[in-house]
Amino acid sequence: MRKKPPRSMSLPSRVKTGFLRDKELLLMLVPVVAYFFVFHYIPMYGATIAFRNYSPARGFAGSPWVGFVHFTRFFRSVYFERLMVNTILLNVLALVFGFPAPIILALLLNEIKTKWFKNSVQTITYLPHFISLVVIVGLLREFTITSGLVNDIRVFLGFRRIPMLQLPEYFRTLYVASEIWQTIGWNSIIYLAALSGVDSQLYEAARIDGANRWKQTLHVTLPGIQSTIIILLILRMGRMFTIGFEKIILMYNPSTYSVADVISTFVYRSGLLEMNFSFSTAVGLFNSVLNFAMLLLANRLSKRYSETSLW
Amino acid sequence: MSTLILPFRKKGLSGATGSVPLKSKGIKESKGYMTFQFFNYLMLASLAFLTLYPMWHVLIGSVSDGRALMRHSGFLLLPIGEVTLNAYRAVLQNPNIAMGYRNTLYILTVGIPLQVFVTSLGAYVLSRKTFGLRNAVMFFIAFTMFFQGGMIPMFLLVRDLGLMNNLLAVVLPFAVNAFNLIIMRTSFQAIPESLEESARMDGAGHFTVYARIVMPLSKAVIAVMVLYYGVGLWNGWFWASVFIRNRSLFPLQLILREILIINDLSSMTQGVSGDDMVSLTESIRYATIIVSTLPILTVYPFLQKYFASGVMIGAIKG
Repeated sequence: MRKKPPRSMSLPSRVKTGFLRDKELLLMLVPVVAYFFVFHYIPMYGATIAFRNYSPARGFAGSPWVGFVHFTRFFRSVYFERLMVNTILLNVLALVFGFPAPIILALLLNEIKTKWFKNSVQTITYLPHFISLVVIVGLLREFTITSGLVNDIRVFLGFRRIPMLQLPEYFRTLYVASEIWQTIGWNSIIYLAALSGVDSQLYEAARIDGANRWKQTLHVTLPGIQSTIIILLILRMGRMFTIGFEKIILMYNPSTYSVADVISTFVYRSGLLEMNFSFSTAVGLFNSVLNFAMLLLANRLSKRYSETSLW
Repeated sequence: MSTLILPFRKKGLSGATGSVPLKSKGIKESKGYMTFQFFNYLMLASLAFLTLYPMWHVLIGSVSDGRALMRHSGFLLLPIGEVTLNAYRAVLQNPNIAMGYRNTLYILTVGIPLQVFVTSLGAYVLSRKTFGLRNAVMFFIAFTMFFQGGMIPMFLLVRDLGLMNNLLAVVLPFAVNAFNLIIMRTSFQAIPESLEESARMDGAGHFTVYARIVMPLSKAVIAVMVLYYGVGLWNGWFWASVFIRNRSLFPLQLILREILIINDLSSMTQGVSGDDMVSLTESIRYATIIVSTLPILTVYPFLQKYFASGVMIGAIKG
């Protein structure tokens, strides 16, 4: 096996030997690097139009600089507060209810000793992950329209029929609940894997010390999967401000904008439907920066308190 | 930053579904635990029901008699009225659905091979320990997972590339998924180095090692990639709605959106008389859901373990 060139060589000759040695590998890498360059790094550079007045004729690089005009316009706009509140609230709700759900499911599944039952529950709960969002929201609509099943149940319980998807007060509940419905099973896989990695001798030891099942869960199982939970939490925090806008676009309508409109859906409407390219890019960039800051913050906090971190 | 390490013990990774051997024979479970187990089974069974019921409802509704279905309220466990395939007839005769299917199949046949090929090349190179730029390239790729240019620059780029109203616009910008690349790289790393070494002794270059050794030994992870990319392409609708304005190029999901979300059934009910039309609308929507979800529903139970194994491989180490 060929080795890396020794450190003792001068930099240019090291580059040269390295290049000759890796020539084939570099050639194989061309499509991947070209892809990431074109479809990820060019848009990143393109995001500088947030500080320019984009004109299609001049492109990303040629449009004139205008500084922070678009940002200040966004911060002063009537939408700013509503968008921030909606984005944060929807995310916090999705996090508080959605994040623990798969962990709990994994813990419950882990206690099941009947193999076929466990496998069936797993197979069934993974399924919604593969159903398209259009169909998921279509189902949601189908079940919550006034003649739908949810309203049939409401009538049975003595309430009246309501058009749930048209009412702002139900939007967040429907969003979070359908999110959990779709993702709980799939997201539990990783925890189940972590659970099966917990050393069984630890349970043995805990049992000898007189710990019952609950105590074992508390003192052996949870610490055993703690680092997995933390890593996934950090990653989740890094998406704190990118709520699944594709689903919101399918779910919302003008009558629920007051609670459903988030930063990314606003970017979509203002940018792609109203063609305010620079302004909406500024809003989107603000969103990305918030996300990145959250990721760094979560990572730092975790590093300090739990010695688990992404990098 | 280039590594995402989920610190699992290697030992347990193979058996995600395997349970922790807790029960040693002869020890009687406490009464509290038995009660817990009872509720545990009950809860998980309810969850399974809650997950399956909507699909069941739709399936049963799609073969039920339209008029009876309209009068029906509450749960739908068995077909209402006479079992009929009228809704399916309407859906299958509908030119839009057929068109959407064709466009989506085109996207899949172009997209999957391209995605899997490019991803596997990248994964191969990044799995070689001797590759000098490994960490730099890994950083270059991983960084895009945490920071993106955003929706608008992406739109403008694709427009400037002249890909508007071209189905490649929903394939090329998504040719490689960084997570999938990491999954594949991890899997390649598990192939014993001795195999590569002996091939190299015989004078094989990297292209040969890639094509003759690594790829043939990686059928499982290739299957996972085909599934992940395939599901992504099949289900994608957002970028198609942005890039594809020409109706004859609409993929299936955009047609579905018209029918299910925008609730426009006008295209579906051409040639159906007014009275029948009203009674058919609900079962048509149901049949549409089934027809569009059927491919995934039929292959899913058989491939479930592959789907799940991808998560596991990716989780070990990035």
